Amino acid sequence: MSVATTTARDTVRIATGKSRERSTGSLVFLGLLWFSLFFGVMVLVVLIADTAIAGAGRFDPALVTRYDSTLFPERTGFRAGILGSLWLMLFTALMAVPLGIAAAVYLEEFADSRRWYNRIIEVNLQNLAAVPSIVYGLLAVAVMALIGIERKGIVLGGAIALALLILPVIIITTREAVRAVPEEIRQGSLALGATTWQTTWRQVLPSAVPGIATGTILGLSRAIGEAAPLLMLGLASSVRFDPEGLMSPITALPIQIYGLSSNSQEAFQDAASAAIIVLLVMILGMNALAIFIRNKFQRSW
Amino acid sequence: MKRTSNRWAIASCTAVLALTLAACGGGDAGADAGDGGSGASGTVAVDGSSTVEPMSKAASELLSEENPDVRVTVGAAGTGGGFEVFCQGQTDISDASRPIEEDEVAACEEGGVEYTELQVATDALTVAVHPDLAVDCLTTEQLVELFGPQSKVTNWSELDPSFPDQEISLFIPGTDSGTYDYMAADVVADESEELRKDVESSEDDNVLVQGISGTEGAVGFFGYTYYEENQDSLKALAIDDGNGCVEPSAETAQAGEYTPLSRPLFIYVSNASYADNPATQEYVDFYVENLETIAEAAKFIPLSEDLYAETQSALEGLSS
Repeated sequence: MSVATTTARDTVRIATGKSRERSTGSLVFLGLLWFSLFFGVMVLVVLIADTAIAGAGRFDPALVTRYDSTLFPERTGFRAGILGSLWLMLFTALMAVPLGIAAAVYLEEFADSRRWYNRIIEVNLQNLAAVPSIVYGLLAVAVMALIGIERKGIVLGGAIALALLILPVIIITTREAVRAVPEEIRQGSLALGATTWQTTWRQVLPSAVPGIATGTILGLSRAIGEAAPLLMLGLASSVRFDPEGLMSPITALPIQIYGLSSNSQEAFQDAASAAIIVLLVMILGMNALAIFIRNKFQRSW
Repeated sequence: MKRTSNRWAIASCTAVLALTLAACGGGDAGADAGDGGSGASGTVAVDGSSTVEPMSKAASELLSEENPDVRVTVGAAGTGGGFEVFCQGQTDISDASRPIEEDEVAACEEGGVEYTELQVATDALTVAVHPDLAVDCLTTEQLVELFGPQSKVTNWSELDPSFPDQEISLFIPGTDSGTYDYMAADVVADESEELRKDVESSEDDNVLVQGISGTEGAVGFFGYTYYEENQDSLKALAIDDGNGCVEPSAETAQAGEYTPLSRPLFIYVSNASYADNPATQEYVDFYVENLETIAEAAKFIPLSEDLYAETQSALEGLSS
């Protein structure tokens, strides 16, 4: 038996983790891997459990149906924040999804990547995805000033900030989804006499729907947890009415949580913990929807 | 072809949803614009001091029970941050835990915002000790020496030779409380805006009271109204800010004698908004009318009759 085969066999055994003759080094390494996994998961579990226990006393209807209350801390609710966040998500999606998909389709199907301006757009997109969220808040403040809207803390401003925030994510995931559509589909369509536009609209985009939907929802579930850019836009911490239009002043769930968690009264801190769980449930719900859409509409070629 | 039809179902549903929402948005924006003239309804934007925030929120909460059409948003950007947007005309009312400063007056002039200052309550801290401790009065310097972040004082006799030879235990509100902020930022006024760390700290004022009343040589502080409720088990220290020792009481706090542990709290109302926006007018009128209830709900000292009369006459000046 040559040296090479022995080594190869050992490697296979170690890699599958089933070898009985493991060296100390590999055991230590395996231990480290387990520890890393354990550490990451445990921190998360402990955090969520701790929050859930702190908020356990507040999982009642008042938590989601009532407005915030200064006079009765044990009955304070997050109705305005939950509705505000939902409205923000809707208008964020309305702004970001068409723009994002159009930009991605242009870059994938129409743009000539040898042109300098297209390359600049690509580099910018990659960088934008890594910009801290508060910068998008500043950007949205500038946009609002530019279009001449002076009112602070309204749906429109928040939605612009969050739409800018998730636009790069949507563009990048949509491009991946469009790229995953086999070239043969396009060539077949073109060979039958369809134009590039017809091919894109009738063949490529429908096939890419699962990927686009998944990316969009994951982007939105990032946006729903953001507080920093919304604080920049002056969203109030206390609102006692439901949002009812683009120009309606609102608050958002993360902002209410932020405000209450630093309150010295224990009843408010417990309410904040319960609201964190509500926010987590909302995010998990959105992620579940993304997985559902991906599984239901995925096609294999 | 089933899959294809599913995809189109999704696409068309999304489109319908989008259109419905757009229609909703448009209709409501129209309704919003019509709000201005229809009596007491509309939107009031309040921002500013996080100390005054509970009062403004309580006022909004009480008013919403009587008139839900007046829609109030309350923010807590801090006194300075509040004035910044107020002077640009972006808010109707600015909460403040200090009088407006010169550069802010200039900013408001530049922004063309005329305002009226209304005092709404008095905020006061009380430094309390164990009832048997033979200390009655501290100077402001001694307060800083006792609570400051660099403090190494562990025995009362180190603070002043005439004080008893007794070890000090400190009981301090949690760092999230407004009381802590007030002591750290405005009284001790160290750059770090922190107090010393070798202390018992609790967000629960009851724990502080029990700690102080049960430990010899203990000292701590909390809001004046809380001391008032527990004065049987505690001894409050008088404070000497250069003009002799002043006992903490609602009167000395309101008269501005109990410094630096008391301060007036204000709301600044935009004159233009009060005149043009019936919602602002209703909110401010309601606020002043129910000032005592609101101040007590937020655990501040309500205004004395004289001060209340001053606030009322300022409000009348605003109306005319």
